[in-house]
Amino acid sequence: MQRRSESAAAQRGLTLGDLLGKQRPVALVLLIVLAVIPYLHSGYWLSQLTFVAIYAIAGFGLQILLGFAGQVSLGQAAFLATGAYVCAYVERIGLGVPMGFVAAIVVSAGGGLLVALPALRMSGLYLAVATMSFGFIVEEIMARWTALTGGNAGIVVPAIKLAGVPLDQPWQIYYLSWAFCLLVLLLSANLLRTPIGRAMLAIRDSEIAAGSSGIRVSRVKGIAFGLSAAFAGLAGALYSHALGFLSPDQFTIAMSLDLLVMILIGGLGTLRGVLLGSVFLVMSPEMFQQLIGLFTAGNTEVAGLRPFLFGFSLIFILLFQPNGVDAMVTRIGQWLAGLAEAWRR
Amino acid sequence: MIAFLQQVISGSAVGIVYALVALGFVMVHKSTQVFNFAQGELMMLGAFFAFTFIILFGLPFWLGGVLAIVSVALFGVILDRVLLRRMVGTKPFTIFMLTVGIGFCIRSIVMLVPMWGTDTYSLPSPLQGRVFSFGGLIISADHAVILLTATVITTGLFVFFQFTRLGLAMRAIAQNPLAASYLGVRVDSLFSIVWALSAAAAALAGVMLAPISFVHADMGQIGLKAIPAAVLGGFDSLPGAIVGGLIIGIVESLAGFYCPEGVKDVAAYIVLLVVLAVKPRGLFGHPDAKKV
Repeated sequence: MQRRSESAAAQRGLTLGDLLGKQRPVALVLLIVLAVIPYLHSGYWLSQLTFVAIYAIAGFGLQILLGFAGQVSLGQAAFLATGAYVCAYVERIGLGVPMGFVAAIVVSAGGGLLVALPALRMSGLYLAVATMSFGFIVEEIMARWTALTGGNAGIVVPAIKLAGVPLDQPWQIYYLSWAFCLLVLLLSANLLRTPIGRAMLAIRDSEIAAGSSGIRVSRVKGIAFGLSAAFAGLAGALYSHALGFLSPDQFTIAMSLDLLVMILIGGLGTLRGVLLGSVFLVMSPEMFQQLIGLFTAGNTEVAGLRPFLFGFSLIFILLFQPNGVDAMVTRIGQWLAGLAEAWRR
Repeated sequence: MIAFLQQVISGSAVGIVYALVALGFVMVHKSTQVFNFAQGELMMLGAFFAFTFIILFGLPFWLGGVLAIVSVALFGVILDRVLLRRMVGTKPFTIFMLTVGIGFCIRSIVMLVPMWGTDTYSLPSPLQGRVFSFGGLIISADHAVILLTATVITTGLFVFFQFTRLGLAMRAIAQNPLAASYLGVRVDSLFSIVWALSAAAAALAGVMLAPISFVHADMGQIGLKAIPAAVLGGFDSLPGAIVGGLIIGIVESLAGFYCPEGVKDVAAYIVLLVVLAVKPRGLFGHPDAKKV
């Protein structure tokens, strides 16, 4: 049964169902829950879930670059910024929302290719530092180019309008973000099965070996950079509408590091890990904040809680569970399956 | 001309602080192959320790400074013993991310400590306000002390690495830890010394930077400027790190004076990208071909 569905999938490409394999029922339940949530709750946590989808989109991009192709980027925030500002600008000059999204993706991808050009000659440490520098420079340009970005004061992004109907309700942007997120998930999963995707894995494992077996290393690396930047640009476009306000200090190295922390905690090289990491990144600080609020009288905000959580979780994961939360979930799933098996006997 | 020289001098004072942090990057990377992203946070920790000893406990400046440096050096040893030692043999990227996590933790702990928090403090040095002037050229005593101390320290480090047995052993473990251990070098205790030295260099930078800037939990960002300095110098060369730091400091200072606002903050990164585009391994780095 399993094999037949696999070969069928091989012919028509992966669907969401194939991706999840044995966990299809679990995933179906999750999808239904995601679809139903806006009917139950429309407050703070709904907007948090929207950001889970948005960060996951950027995370899939970084996973392709880092987890598949093995190239480090400390400057992903720059591509999110590009997407966000380009989208806002194109809509402001009246070209409409779909054009805004397309422009965000295309310009960001262009930026990614631009970075890829010098990056092709570098690796490891030097690549990390170069992408970090790129991030700093873009951040400064955003702060100074007041005509486009409103400078450090920031700009307000008007609500999305599709065919004259404004999409300004939280649940609308929620569905939009998750639709894009699932689409990007499918694209990423299928990418792995194309020659380009396999070439990326080969480059990650050994650049020299990949090159000597006829893979055009620089081309594949360029595609990885372009794709990851395109996804980040899409995430940026959604981000601008989900937040409704843009300023350069949202797109600092802190955001680039957050994205890295996110996919490492989720699990390097896995797509499910990106989703898990995104949930952790977006939701855990507020959850812990509320947990602390239960035990202390005042509802004072604990400064430093965010880096505390991320730092210690990252160290814990790297020391004890290098494959991330994804591997933990797999193990829990196996344990539950074993339990169910024992129960049946 | 005077204005130009003035900028060069104040640029060098800041540059030598970058150089000290960069020396920390280079020392650790040279001997343990780790890119320690938390170096800037160690600098910040040094400044906070100095603030605590000098302002909160009321110790004299130089004593508080020395105590702060020793404390951060000990902290470096603890980091090595507790965390980094477990990671020997894993991929460089994993260890890099571990140091990112360490940086997050240091920052959060500084923010959570009651007397530190997220406020901005100043740490005036006893020399505050005093200046020397040489025919129109004005040098503040703070900058002069920074230049002098840093020159002494870097010369000392150079002599240490080049002419002492311990320094020789460190250069040996950098080249081949296994062979060095066969020849009786105690690699693990040397790793701790390397971490102590690089943390101490960062803390010294923090203590010297605090009087000419401020003490704040986000101070580690300044340490990120030291990364271009280290990379310019090739990341494996101690004199390279110093030259790199001076270049970054002076370019930044001149950019602040002659270029439109905003260029100063990114001058370091622009220089770095230009250099990397021409020489992908830095000014003083040498290509290492990898064996498959």
